[in-house]
Amino acid sequence: MAETQALTKKDLKSDQDVRWCPGCGDYSILNSAQGVLAGLGIPRHQMVFVSGIGCSSRFPYYMNTYGMHSIHGRAPAFATGIKLANPELTVWLVTGDGDGLSIGGNHMAHILRRNVDVKILLFNNEIYGLTKGQYSPTSRTGLKTKTSPMGSVDRPFNPVSFALGCGATFVARTIDTHLKHMEATLAAAAAHKGSALVEIYQNCVIFNDGTFDSIADKTLRDDKTIDLEPGKPLVFGKGRDKGLKVEGFDVRMVPAESADVWRADTRSAGPAFVMSQLDSDPTMPRPIGVFRSVAAPIFNEGVQAQVRDAVAKKGAGKLRDLFYTGDMWDVR
Amino acid sequence: MTQTRNVGAELPSQQFENVVIRFAGDSGDGMQITGSQFTHTAALLGNDLATFPDFPAEIRAPAGTQPGVSGFQVRFSSSDIHTPGDRPDVLVAMNPAALIVNIKDLAPGGIVIVNTGQFAERDVAKAGLKSNPMTDGTLSGYRKIEIDINDRVKRALEGSPLSPKDVQRCKNFYTLGLMYWLYSRPLEPTIAWLKDKFGKKPELADANIKALTAGFNAGDIQELFQARYEVAPCTTMVPGTYRNITGNEAVAIGLVAGAELANLKVFIGSYPITPATSILEQLASYKHYGVVSFQAEDEIAAICSAIGGSYSGYLGVTTTSGPGMALKTEAMGLAVSLELPLVIVDVQRGGPSTGLPTKTEQADLLQAIFGRNSEAPIPVIAASTPSDAFDCAVEACRIAVQYMTPVILLSDGYIANGAEPWRLPDVDKLPRFPAKFTTVAPEGGFLPYARDEKRARPWVKPGTPGLEHRIGGLEKAHLTGHISYDPENHDFMVRMRAAKVAGVRDSIPTPAVVGDKQGDLLVVGWGSTYGSIASAVEIARGKGQRVSRMHLRHVWPLPAGLDEIFASYKAILIPEMNLGQLARVLRSEYQRHEFISYSKVQGLPFKTFELNDKIDAILAR
Repeated sequence: MAETQALTKKDLKSDQDVRWCPGCGDYSILNSAQGVLAGLGIPRHQMVFVSGIGCSSRFPYYMNTYGMHSIHGRAPAFATGIKLANPELTVWLVTGDGDGLSIGGNHMAHILRRNVDVKILLFNNEIYGLTKGQYSPTSRTGLKTKTSPMGSVDRPFNPVSFALGCGATFVARTIDTHLKHMEATLAAAAAHKGSALVEIYQNCVIFNDGTFDSIADKTLRDDKTIDLEPGKPLVFGKGRDKGLKVEGFDVRMVPAESADVWRADTRSAGPAFVMSQLDSDPTMPRPIGVFRSVAAPIFNEGVQAQVRDAVAKKGAGKLRDLFYTGDMWDVR
Repeated sequence: MTQTRNVGAELPSQQFENVVIRFAGDSGDGMQITGSQFTHTAALLGNDLATFPDFPAEIRAPAGTQPGVSGFQVRFSSSDIHTPGDRPDVLVAMNPAALIVNIKDLAPGGIVIVNTGQFAERDVAKAGLKSNPMTDGTLSGYRKIEIDINDRVKRALEGSPLSPKDVQRCKNFYTLGLMYWLYSRPLEPTIAWLKDKFGKKPELADANIKALTAGFNAGDIQELFQARYEVAPCTTMVPGTYRNITGNEAVAIGLVAGAELANLKVFIGSYPITPATSILEQLASYKHYGVVSFQAEDEIAAICSAIGGSYSGYLGVTTTSGPGMALKTEAMGLAVSLELPLVIVDVQRGGPSTGLPTKTEQADLLQAIFGRNSEAPIPVIAASTPSDAFDCAVEACRIAVQYMTPVILLSDGYIANGAEPWRLPDVDKLPRFPAKFTTVAPEGGFLPYARDEKRARPWVKPGTPGLEHRIGGLEKAHLTGHISYDPENHDFMVRMRAAKVAGVRDSIPTPAVVGDKQGDLLVVGWGSTYGSIASAVEIARGKGQRVSRMHLRHVWPLPAGLDEIFASYKAILIPEMNLGQLARVLRSEYQRHEFISYSKVQGLPFKTFELNDKIDAILAR
């Protein structure tokens, strides 16, 4: 069978026409994911893509793997069930800012805190695309949309801060136009044991075009972002001359030589959290890369271990014993 | 037998065919344990029995108040019975609130046993009463037995290492001992239970056993009663091995059995909700049966995880009650569209909204059959008694697996918490319906939405090489399962799903009519009205009335042959604990018949006499 040979990106493309808008950031994410997954050495029949509802959630239809396009916001619950019932499967979940943080915020919180071994791609375009342009839980305050004609009054979610607060064991951020970075980030997520959340800044060309230009534009990117690479100095800028230092509950800009070495596995998620809060400061670079990566017990392994232990301790249950137990009496 | 067994045997012993006892006290008084222990012993003695626990939604409402009253009614009999009885013959009242809430139900001339230790002025006030019911005439017409159980227990446990507060917590076992004496029951089963339960706290086991024995001995010593009573073992029960079972236990066991009969394991994704919770609890203890249990973050995640479990090749199960059903609605629609097996257990309770969480109601029939967006047919079956819930759970699994469909199993609070003897099935005689997983592509290629003779689509586990495919909630093209917005295809698929579920009818029997094949009146029921209807029809027929009955297990799709049955009676009566939901369904399905709806929505089952009054009224028309 073809599965015994290494997969190529092409093997993971399904026979369905991709139906996102021309120029949508989703194309590059699909492409990167196919590339990364092809390189994992996992046969495609062991892969399951699960999604909710929204533009991003069409993703499973384009993957030549198993897949389920479920209902709005609930993909984490389906993914949890799939993984619990068959832990051998490699389960990826595709969601968006509305699906994952608004209608499905509850399930997102719980899959992260349980540490189910599922990789989660959160496409954040800061807008509702499939319903044609309403503000989302990540839209910036003041954004004018059809449902916020005078500007959105909502304060937005910070997806990385949210995930850290949920106790996520792996949290990262990348950008749809930064292909090399995206592939490295997805590969790191794939390698993580436990739930991994990757926020992907994704441009919606129709309803929120250019929302990430001020940091993601190729000419600005080096100065306006900083890549959090575990074990590497927090250095950024075209000339790699600027750096960051975590001090107390804040982050300070320093010359490159004084920069901290980034650690994503500190006992407290504090450094990752203060780093995630830089979003609100336009004078600071926007952190991308790996905010947090720590080892923790994996939910699906714990659940399956209990089933194994129970069988080992009590023996595999027999139906007759299920019926004929407790106080019985005979009627003749 | 204990040595106490024959003491006091000089009192005359009276035989009764059946007796109804209601234990009533504060939520913290342990009345549910007292009742279930009495039941347990009655079962071991071979009585037929039925129970009706009735307790408040609050775990501990303020002590001594009427909302805090918890009751447990048990009927035990030497003949076949169908209900826990209309009226208790004996009421045990641990405080004024318990007395006043329950006294109106006591049969005229019935025995009321009152714990006078709990009838001080402040106790009467706590119950919200202006006068003491012991002395104000409330108890006239009843046989009143007064015992200061507080004091008796204190004396019985003199020298006990327990605190005075803990000593008082043994009151319920004193009461139980007294009832064991009165009805000539052995203490051993309860003593064994106490030793097992308090294995790690022998001082508690010891204290409760002392209280139990003291209560039993009091019957001899205190000359409280003029006679002892006996209820002989039931001789009309079908031969076999029995155990006592509640509806929720039967559902849990039935789901494990149903899955095994399909060669599957259970995946239960549930969220705690009264009165369904104990099914999840019990299944969580069946891990050695391969059960994967997942307590989800909410009702929606619960059903979604179960669908995920089914997708991976388990038998997905979710358990809930009315409010949870409402939340699961959208996911049920997805399950209809995905065409995966799934069992949804709805243990109904009083509604709307939070309603009456601990009280029973046939609340959700219409929600179960119709409560989804668009055309989303789901087979619905309803358990009629605690032991029937086992067979219904197995049947739900069968339909789910054979037809690749979600199935709704309706139970209710009355069945869930009520208990009756269950004749244990012979494992080898249970029906087998092995799931068929597709593992290789058939000739011509794999089609995820091709169909077999039951219109079921193939079930493929992720992980199967070469059969990778995608499923989802968007409309699918016939055969390929690809997304399709084609108008003709949508029309075809809507009709296909409807035809598949309607086709379940081909696999179910026409329900039996009990009584005459034709007559003046047919009483049609579904769910937990079974016992009341069976009793009432028995009584009516005993009076010579031409009344028959029929009970529906499959409420959607309805079985074949009903139209002809309905045509054989002059009138059709449908008693329901709702405002006529089955009547509404039958009126739309069988328009040439008239259905008389008889409703009661009090959070309580029908009393047999209420149905007989209604039957009499119809026949007198």
